Amino acid sequence: MTSHNIVEIDNLSFGYKGRLLHKNINMVFPRGKVVAIMGGSGSGKTTLLRLIGGQIKPVKGQVRVGGQVVHEQNRDGIYKLRRTMGMLFQHGALFTDLSVFDNVAFPMRELTDLPESMIRDLVLMKLNAVGLRGAHQLMPAELSGGMARRVALARAVALDPNIIMYDEPFAGLDPISMGVICDLIRSLNDALGATSIIVSHDVKETFLIADYVYFVADGEIAAEGTPHDLMQSTLPFVHQFVHGEKDGPVPFHYPAANYQDELLKRRHPRK
Amino acid sequence: MHIIHSVLFNKLARLLRNLGRRMIERIWRLGAGARLFLLTMLYSGESFKRFNLTLREIYFTGVMSLLIIIVSAFFVGMVLGLQGYNTLQKYGSSEAIGVLVALSLVRELGPVVTALLFAGRAGTAITAEIGLMKTTEQLSAMEMMAVNPIARVIAPRFWAGVISMPILAALFSMVGVLGGYLVAVPIIGVDEGAFWSQMQANVDVRDDIINGVIKSFVFGVACTMIALFEGFDAPPTAEGVSHATTRTVVISSLTVLGLDFVLTSFMIVV
Repeated sequence: MTSHNIVEIDNLSFGYKGRLLHKNINMVFPRGKVVAIMGGSGSGKTTLLRLIGGQIKPVKGQVRVGGQVVHEQNRDGIYKLRRTMGMLFQHGALFTDLSVFDNVAFPMRELTDLPESMIRDLVLMKLNAVGLRGAHQLMPAELSGGMARRVALARAVALDPNIIMYDEPFAGLDPISMGVICDLIRSLNDALGATSIIVSHDVKETFLIADYVYFVADGEIAAEGTPHDLMQSTLPFVHQFVHGEKDGPVPFHYPAANYQDELLKRRHPRK
Repeated sequence: MHIIHSVLFNKLARLLRNLGRRMIERIWRLGAGARLFLLTMLYSGESFKRFNLTLREIYFTGVMSLLIIIVSAFFVGMVLGLQGYNTLQKYGSSEAIGVLVALSLVRELGPVVTALLFAGRAGTAITAEIGLMKTTEQLSAMEMMAVNPIARVIAPRFWAGVISMPILAALFSMVGVLGGYLVAVPIIGVDEGAFWSQMQANVDVRDDIINGVIKSFVFGVACTMIALFEGFDAPPTAEGVSHATTRTVVISSLTVLGLDFVLTSFMIVV
């Protein structure tokens, strides 16, 4: 029997050097849905993707992908799980010594025994889906930020994964590219019947395509719900985040000594 | 008085603490380097099964280093010819110039200077490339695609360096001998027959040529592994990659010179 959720995070805690970044987090990612993880910079959103991908191990709790506990897998087991995943990195992470075509063909050549003629057709189909079939001969250095992100997206879905993870897919893009990526995430998810996990702090675009959203703050889930619910939320953190208010539960100022004392101090104290 | 003692004690304690921390860091890095070496050995199968991956790296590390190796070797050979003749003629044995040039190159200068040039030319390129691949998340992307970066990126570069180094050292010695010949025979006027025949009679295949090849092989392993480890271990920042590149040259050069002494001692004793 297959579970309704393709990814499940149970009581997960993770941290570095004794400092916990996540405390007893629970999340579920239902099959076929677009689920977003949102939160401020440094709240550990990307770390959650790395935990799902098995690149790091939790301190406590577990991540299950397709019913299998990720951190209990050996190297071969993790690689087997990763073959069902695709990931779009924040800046694309295209291989700079390979052309656009070869970048998209890379996972097919490395992980399958498909003949080169079939790989060619598949690569052109993937590139066509992201609107860059005509750019297949270009090198990554010749692409704009938005184009690079689209090529990386074509590469991420090259082997038709069940789970597609997006790390800040909208960061640093112009409005047109942002709209294009936004549409592509939703349409590819629906066309492939995959599950998408988006890590982002871009409220407008994420709310447009997500079915469900988790807000992460101070290592815990601060709020969760559909974009519509969260837009109406009166929770101070969600309200501040969704409406982009300067001050609120997330303070504008980094913790510091008293302002007046600091200004009146003649010189820095010797350590 | 008590305050002065306390200040001195604190400074000494800080010094010892820093020294201890640096020592622990060095030992940790040595362990991490050894681990990467073992993993490279473990995942080397791909480099030979798909030899085109290794061949591509041989082009970048070996073939692209040819120019600097050949030009340097030519000048080193010519200087050896000049200096050798200048010294040997005082003892009336200027015909032995061929032997002097050949032995200096085959036993020492060929492997050592090639390794130093390799560290500066190919080693830095390897470190910068791997470091930047890490910084731009290309290695993570590979990992997430279930492609092992050690098998796909590290191992082919390692074997390319190990294969290239003895060939480059052999070319260095060959071109160096030609440089020495050019100075000694056509320019200074040493007898051509004496130049070549003395060389042929006194250069031993096992004691000189094979030992030189062994040295260059060991230097190839050391220089390439250092370059790869520094890139793989570099902090993913511009400053991190820049420091790693510098460390590659410094550590490789010192390792080559140190290993040269150790290997020469063994070769002479055995």
